Amino acid sequence: MAEPSATATPVGKKGWLTVQEERLFDFFDDRRWRYTACGILLAVALALPRVGDNYVLEIFTNSFFYIVLCLGLNIVVGYAGLLDLGYAAFFAVGAYTTGILTSEAGWNFWFTIPAAAFFSAIAGVVIGGPTLRLRSDYLAIVTLGFGEITRIAARNLKEITGGASGLIGIHRPVLFGLELRKISHYYYVFLALVVIALFVSYRLQNSRLGRAWQYVREDEDAAEAMGIDRVAVKLYAYVIGAIFAGVAGSFFAAKMTAISPETFQFMQSATILMAVVLGGMGKIPGMIVGALALVLFPEVFRSIGSVRMLVFGLLLIVMMIFRPHGLWPERRN
Amino acid sequence: MNVLSVKNLSLSFGGLGVITDLSFDVEQGAIVSLIGPNGAGKTSVFNCLTGFYRANSGGIFFDGESILRLKPHRITQKGMARTFQNLRLFRSLTVLENVMSGMHCRTSMGAVGAILRYPAQRAEEAEIRQVAERCLDFVGILDQKDRLAKNLPYGNQRRVEWARALATQPKLLLLDEPAAGLNYDEKAQLMKLIRRIREELKITIFLIEHDMSLVMNISEKVVVIDYGQKIAEGDCATVQNDPRVIEAYIGREEAGAHP
Repeated sequence: MAEPSATATPVGKKGWLTVQEERLFDFFDDRRWRYTACGILLAVALALPRVGDNYVLEIFTNSFFYIVLCLGLNIVVGYAGLLDLGYAAFFAVGAYTTGILTSEAGWNFWFTIPAAAFFSAIAGVVIGGPTLRLRSDYLAIVTLGFGEITRIAARNLKEITGGASGLIGIHRPVLFGLELRKISHYYYVFLALVVIALFVSYRLQNSRLGRAWQYVREDEDAAEAMGIDRVAVKLYAYVIGAIFAGVAGSFFAAKMTAISPETFQFMQSATILMAVVLGGMGKIPGMIVGALALVLFPEVFRSIGSVRMLVFGLLLIVMMIFRPHGLWPERRN
Repeated sequence: MNVLSVKNLSLSFGGLGVITDLSFDVEQGAIVSLIGPNGAGKTSVFNCLTGFYRANSGGIFFDGESILRLKPHRITQKGMARTFQNLRLFRSLTVLENVMSGMHCRTSMGAVGAILRYPAQRAEEAEIRQVAERCLDFVGILDQKDRLAKNLPYGNQRRVEWARALATQPKLLLLDEPAAGLNYDEKAQLMKLIRRIREELKITIFLIEHDMSLVMNISEKVVVIDYGQKIAEGDCATVQNDPRVIEAYIGREEAGAHP
């Protein structure tokens, strides 16, 4: 650095945690170690079905599913800075697309994925087009309403969605002649989905579009003065976030073989958003940490029974006080 | 040849006239200043030019083309860049990332390019980075490129803003009080930089400034406004001796006889 004196920071009063964090950062700053760490994590994830029982696999499959949703919502909330309280709606659109097309139209599961992506993208345009001109608070309210409308529509369109009882008999996907039935199959499918979602997120983040999202998040007017069409850029984020959720929803439907409107309640959107905030908005590793924490915590502390959600809530509050930017360490300078 | 011409521009906010019937031209390759007492409407003029405010009537022609109804990002795309009076950097991004934002309107890759990273996309990314680094080098802070914008000293944050505006590759650069908050040395460097932008990059410059020594030193033409109306226009000497300008800045001799 050229001018260390200009930004001299007080030295000496560094907590143990800060020191550890910096060490972690130095560690990950080195590309080799970063790749090694990712490789080890992936190897552990791949080997887990050999040692874990169905219960463990179920929980991890669920975590993977939430990681994908968090990565999708991270694009909307973390990168573009748009508060979305109805994210479950896009996930519902994807799940219902796959559900309806396989159980009623007899489509092959794999062909329903592009359809799910397409319809969730359309839903993104429909809700985002008129509302993204609004500033954040209003947008949050509109998305909240949209989430509820989607759920209620799913409950009332009996002929198409099966009404309140939902859809049953969604076909199981077949991969290379193998019907995906067991939890270990889905474990691998969702793991693959996580890897793809991570890859896409990472590449988007480090691109012209990814930077544009961050410019708009930081300062809309300045971004516009730099020649960035803020509405178009936000819509782009919204649609890509919707596609993530749509595809995840599609696999969710295949795994569950049954879906009902109650799966897509407001709590679902709130949970995903909570994981994003918990992990650290805009940080890809943070999404993994956030989603894992959110799914694993209630399972690990199952023994303390119904108090666990209370404890979890308290933990969240404590964390927001001491670590307002999320669990994953802040970017240093 | 005029890069910019403003004709009978008027702007009002709910009956309150901010700019009234303002006309002036900015010639290609010139350094033109817009001055006036506090609250005269200078920044409002800038906001009209760059599309942030919509004028009620009149015309704004950039390169002979009307830009009155265009959105800010379209105007930047046409080749008019601006800086802000109060720094408006992307504070938690790096200096380089800040400057790269200027290249957004000169490039085109979308999500598919970003995900697949095919050669055309990589070439574009390299170009964005190259232009941004060149702009940072031009303003003299290339060595700071990886720092976060908010951690830079004030004077260097100003430079980031200039580099960012230059990265949009403009024909006309609007500077809103570029010298605000700068010390004597930094002001001298700023004057040199403004001249270099004009000589080396062939960019026309239109600026708002309160610092009269700077204005009188570099401007070839000065437009003076007060209460949203033009009260004088011409070279520095003409404007300095204009009785109306002196009145606007210092006031009339007899107190109480204000029109």
